[in-house]
Amino acid sequence: MEEGCMINSNFLGISLFMRCLRMLVRILVLLYLAGAPALAQTLCQPNASNGCRVRISIKTALGNQAYEWNENEMFLFRATMAFAMRRYYKTETYNVDNIIMCNQTLRVSFWFVVTSPENSTMLIPKADVEKAVRMSRHRINNAFLLTDRTLEFLGIHPTLAAPVNPDTPPWLIVFGVVIGAVFAGIIALLVSSLLQKRRKEKGMMEDGQDEEDRQMKGVENDNVLDGIYNRGFTDDDRFTKL
Amino acid sequence: MPEEGMEDNKGREERPKWNNKAEYLLTCIGFAVGVGNVWRFPYLCQIYGGGAFLIPYLIALVFQGLPLLYLELAIGQRLRMGSIGVWNSISPYLGGVGVASMVVSFCVSLFYNTIVAWVLWYLFNSFQDPLPWSQCPLNHNNTGYVKECVESTPVNYFWYRQTLNITPNMETSGSLQWWLVVSLATAWSIIYICFIRGIETIGKAVYVTATFPYLVLTIFLVRALTLPGSSEGLIYLFTPDVSPLSNPQVWLDAATQIFFSLSVAFGGLISFSSYNSQKNNCERDAVLVGVINSATSIYASIPIFAILGFKAHTNYVTCLNGNILALTNEFDISDMNITVENYEQWFDSLNGTHPSRVSDLNLKTCDLQTFLDQSASGTGLAFIVFTEAVISMPGSQVWAVLFFIMLFSLGLSSMFGNLEGILTPLHDLKLVPKWMPNELFTAIICLVLFLMALIFCLGSGNYWLEIFNSYVGSVPFLIIAFFEIIAVAYIYGIGRFSDDLEFMTGHRPNIFWKVCWLVISPLMLFVVLVAYVAVQAQTHPTYAAWNPDYVNFPDTEVLPYPDWVFAICVLLSSVPVISIPLVAIYRLICCMSGRHSKGSLHNDPNPYANEGYVVES
Repeated sequence: MEEGCMINSNFLGISLFMRCLRMLVRILVLLYLAGAPALAQTLCQPNASNGCRVRISIKTALGNQAYEWNENEMFLFRATMAFAMRRYYKTETYNVDNIIMCNQTLRVSFWFVVTSPENSTMLIPKADVEKAVRMSRHRINNAFLLTDRTLEFLGIHPTLAAPVNPDTPPWLIVFGVVIGAVFAGIIALLVSSLLQKRRKEKGMMEDGQDEEDRQMKGVENDNVLDGIYNRGFTDDDRFTKL
Repeated sequence: MPEEGMEDNKGREERPKWNNKAEYLLTCIGFAVGVGNVWRFPYLCQIYGGGAFLIPYLIALVFQGLPLLYLELAIGQRLRMGSIGVWNSISPYLGGVGVASMVVSFCVSLFYNTIVAWVLWYLFNSFQDPLPWSQCPLNHNNTGYVKECVESTPVNYFWYRQTLNITPNMETSGSLQWWLVVSLATAWSIIYICFIRGIETIGKAVYVTATFPYLVLTIFLVRALTLPGSSEGLIYLFTPDVSPLSNPQVWLDAATQIFFSLSVAFGGLISFSSYNSQKNNCERDAVLVGVINSATSIYASIPIFAILGFKAHTNYVTCLNGNILALTNEFDISDMNITVENYEQWFDSLNGTHPSRVSDLNLKTCDLQTFLDQSASGTGLAFIVFTEAVISMPGSQVWAVLFFIMLFSLGLSSMFGNLEGILTPLHDLKLVPKWMPNELFTAIICLVLFLMALIFCLGSGNYWLEIFNSYVGSVPFLIIAFFEIIAVAYIYGIGRFSDDLEFMTGHRPNIFWKVCWLVISPLMLFVVLVAYVAVQAQTHPTYAAWNPDYVNFPDTEVLPYPDWVFAICVLLSSVPVISIPLVAIYRLICCMSGRHSKGSLHNDPNPYANEGYVVES
C-alpha cells in the first residue's frame, strides 16, 4: 500500500510541474506575440534613419484599370522587397516578416524598414536597401504595373533612360537618300539634254543647205543659233539661179 | 505698233515659253506665297487685334499691292525682258533700278535658302522616334541631363545648340557647322535640279511645290480642330479688337507685310511674265495672284492658331498638374482626387485651412491667357513653338514631316523667283559667254551663292541672317518699288502704258488703276518708306543673343550691334540701291558726250525696244 501512495505522490508532483511549465510557455508565447508588434512598431517609424518612404500613384498610372490598394497588395509589396533583398545579398534568408511597414496614408504612401534575418531587432542600413531596390527596380515596378515615377522610393531617383545611340544618325540616312536622288536626277537631266543637243547638231549638219531657211523660220526652244538675223541680207542666189 | 511675230524674227535667242497658263500662274503664286504667309501674317494678326488687322491689310493690298503687281507683270510681258533690260528700255537713266533689283535678289537668295536648309535639317531629323527635340540628352557621365537643356527647354536646346550651335554674341564667329553645310548643299542641289532647264523644269516643279502647302494646311486644319484647346486659340485670333488700329505702327506693318508678301521689286515677277505671249490678260493674272496670296495668308493662320491654342492648353494643363502633384504629395490626399476641374475648390479649401504649408509649396500661377499671349513669328514660330506643339500630338513624326515638307515647298517656290531675278537679267545683258551652256551657267551661279551663304553656317550665322533679313529685305525694296512706279507712271507715261495695256489685254485700264499708279501707290510707298526709316532710326539697333552664361538665362540677352556690324548694316541697305543714282549719272555723262560726238538724241542701248520703230508688213 505504501509503495502505491509514494508513486501517486511522485506522479502528482510531475504533473503539477508540467502544468506550471505549460502555463509559463503560454504566458511567454502570449507575451512574445503581444510584444512583437510593439517591438516592430518601435523599429518602423516615419523619418527613421533607416526607413524608406514609398509613394504610389495607381490611378495616375493605370487610369480606368486601377486596382485597389489593400492588405493583399501590401503583402505583395513585402514579398517583392524580400525578393529584392535576396537578390542583392544573394542569400535565401530574407522573408516577408523581415519587411515591416507603417504609417500608411490614403495617398497611397507608407514607410518601411528591413530587419536582418539573423537578428530581428537589427535594421539593414538605408544605403543597402536603396542599392537593393535600384538593382531590382524594374522587377518591382512590373510587379505592380507601375513605373519609376508612379512607384516612388523617396531618395532614390528614377533611373535615366539610357541614350539610344544608333550607329548612323537617322538623319544622315534620310539625307543620303535625298541627295542621292537629287544627284541622280541632275546627271540624268544633263545627259539627256546633252544627247538632245548632239542629235540636233547631227540633224542640222545633214541639211546644211537649209540653214538660211532655218534662220528665217526662227529657232526651236532649246537650240540656239548663233548670229543675228540681218534683215538686209537676202540670198539672191536662190532666185537668180537658172 | 510692232507686231508680235516680228519680235521672234529679230534673230535673238527665241525666248523660252511657258507650257501652259497654269504653270505660269502657279509659279507666280508660288513665288508670292512663301514662308512669310505662314509665320509672319498670323503673328501680326495676333499682336494687332486679331480680325481687326484685316482692315489695314486689305486696304494696303488693294491700294498698294495690286497696282504694283499689275505694273510689274505688265511691263515684263510687254517688253519681254528681265528686270535690267526692262528698265533700260523704259528709260536708260533708270536702268539702275534693274541692277538694284538683281543685287537685292542676289542678297535675298543667300539667306532665304539658308532658311530652306534649316527646314531640311529639321525634316531629316523628323524621321526618328522619339523626336530629338522632345527630350534632353544626357550629359557626359550619364548622371543627369545637359545643364543648358534643363534650364531652357528641349526644343530651345535642339534649335540653339544642336542645330545652330550658336555663339554667345556676334563677335565670336565660331566655326562652320558641318551638318548645316550639308543641309545647305542639299538645298542648293535641289534648287539647281529644278532650274536645270529653265522654266521647263520649274514649270513641272511648281505643280507640286505650289499646291502641296495647301494640302498640308487643310490636313492640319482638320487635325487641329479636333485637338483640345484649338477653339480657344481660334477665338483668341479672330476676336477683333479695333483699339490697336489707332497706332500708326499697325498700318506700317500692314503695308510692309503686303509688300514683302507679294514679292514685288525682286525682278522675278518681271522675268516670269516676260516668258508669256504678249496677248495675255495680265490684269486678271495680277488680281488673281494678289487675292490668292492674301487668301492663303488668312487660310494659313487658322490651323496655325488652332495648334497654338492646343499648345497653350497643353502648357496650362501641365502647369496645373504640377501644382496638383505638389498639393497631393504635401497633404497626402488620395491619388487623382484633385483634378484639373476641381483644382480651384481644393486649392481654396486647403489654402483656408493650412495657408502656411500651401504657400511654402511655391505653386505656380497657371493662366491660360498668359500661355496664349506667348507669340512668336519667323523661325521662332516654326522651329520652337510649332515643334513643341507637335510633340504633344499623337503620331508626332507624321505631323513634323508634313509641316516641314510644307515649309520646304513654300521656301522652294519662293526661291525660284529669287533666282530667276538673278539669272534672267544676266542672260539679257549677254553676260553669258556664247560657248557656255545654260546648265553650266546656272550651276556656276548656284555654286557661287552656296559658297557665299556659308557665312550663315558659322556659329554666329543666325545673327547675320537676321541682319540680312532686316536690312536687305526691307528698305531697298521700298526704294526700288517707288522708283518703279515713278518710272512707269511719269517717265514712261501713263498714256503710253495704257496703250500697251490695251494692246495686251484688249481694254484700257480703268480709272482705279490710273489713280493708283499716279497718286495713291507712290504716295503710300513714300510714306511707308519714310516712316519705316524713321522708326528704325529712332532705336539703336540691338539683337537678341542666346548666351547660356547670361544671368537671366533662358531669356535672350539683348546686345547692341558692334560698330563694324552696324557699318555693314548700313552698307547692306544702301549698296543695292546706290546703282540707281550711279547708272543715271553714268548715262547722263555718256549722253552728253554722245551728243557731242554722234549727235544722236537717243542713247538707247536696246534698239529693239524703240517704240518708234514700226514694221510695215
